[in-house]
Amino acid sequence: MIDKRVATLADAVAGISDGATVLIGGFGDSGVPVELVHALLDHGARDLTVVTNNAGAGESDVAALIRERRVRTVVCSYPRSMGSVWFEERWRAGEIGLELVPQGTLSERMRAAGAGLGGFFTPTGADTLLAEGKEVRVIDGRPHVFEHPLPGDVALIKAHRADRWGNLVYRTAARNYGPTMATAAALTVVQVEEFVELGDLDPEAVVTPGVFVDRVVRVAAS
Amino acid sequence: MISPLSDVAVARRVARDIPDGSYVNLGIGMPILVGEVVGPDKEIVYHSENGILGMGPAPAPGEEDRELINAGKQPVTLLPGGSYFHHTDAFVMMRGGHIDISVLGAFQVSETGDLANWITDLATMPPAVGGAMDLAVGAKRVLVMTTHTTRDGRPKLLPRCTYPLTAAGVVDRVYTDLAVLDVGPDGLVVQEMAPGLTRAELQSVTAARLTFADDVGELDPH
Repeated sequence: MIDKRVATLADAVAGISDGATVLIGGFGDSGVPVELVHALLDHGARDLTVVTNNAGAGESDVAALIRERRVRTVVCSYPRSMGSVWFEERWRAGEIGLELVPQGTLSERMRAAGAGLGGFFTPTGADTLLAEGKEVRVIDGRPHVFEHPLPGDVALIKAHRADRWGNLVYRTAARNYGPTMATAAALTVVQVEEFVELGDLDPEAVVTPGVFVDRVVRVAAS
Repeated sequence: MISPLSDVAVARRVARDIPDGSYVNLGIGMPILVGEVVGPDKEIVYHSENGILGMGPAPAPGEEDRELINAGKQPVTLLPGGSYFHHTDAFVMMRGGHIDISVLGAFQVSETGDLANWITDLATMPPAVGGAMDLAVGAKRVLVMTTHTTRDGRPKLLPRCTYPLTAAGVVDRVYTDLAVLDVGPDGLVVQEMAPGLTRAELQSVTAARLTFADDVGELDPH
């Protein structure tokens, strides 16, 4: 019998090791798996590479991981959101690494990892600082930059509902990076607001099929 | 006497060039204004990089949903017919040429259509790019909306950009508070000018060499 549901947030993040690459969903405040990230903080793993769109804001989730010096490097597209003070402070002090990736390339690199591809050529970033040191090939007369896949050891994402097989549906724009990150990590951990019975999710509407999911934990909507 | 157009007047001019039925992405900042002045006679589908098509205006106070936000992280709504999708697909739409028009702000534009709109202060702040590079390379038409000069009067339209590029050779048309200019094979071609402005005055605040269309029109200052 397949049952990917776990009882507690601590169970959900169990076994995440020091030095892990952790993909964390969310765009601004939308779709951030806040409680899972706080569970990772309590769990204590350090020396992490965190892949996420922003670099946290205020004192919550990713910002808290950075504040508590758990993060060695951030791979992201926009680490300058309103209130991203902890990232900026660590960055100015030279205490944290930054790999800046254009947003679509960030997502597509994870997609490539999940899809078993060895990378891709993209016009995004050609002739810019972000192409420095990368292979460039002219395709149909236009320069394209080679980008490597970006796999995670772990993905922490937020969805709306799950069944025990780990099938997921999302809510509004909170979906953002979730479906892609779910495919790209060795261990995909999902927090949902509601568990439903097997068969209760409309199969035509399932966004992430359970094959991409390893653990689901219920966190009541705040 | 030179009377520069207000931001809203520039937005109205941009809106005139957006055909009924277009799929449009509006960049953060001045371009957002365009959505507020497009008339109800046109059905425009707005795209947001975090995974929304058919994005509607801001919700009424108290109706905000923290998951349903735009690229600038402000609360928005979904119109009837709208849809949600994941981040990778949001950028497939942009990079893959499925969005008709991208309206972007700019720090600088070159006479060959190079765009610099992501960073000016590399040394003091962490770099952040977001979706700027994807938006610039992928849309069928890239429109730039900007003030003609910087706040301290320095030209933004240059022979070559001095700030780091967002993308090379991508801009189709530039709308400023003084003029509408097309990027042509031989540089910038002035199509319309603010009332009361002479060609010499426009050239004097433009570092790139200007040529003028046969029938230069007058911009509506309202």
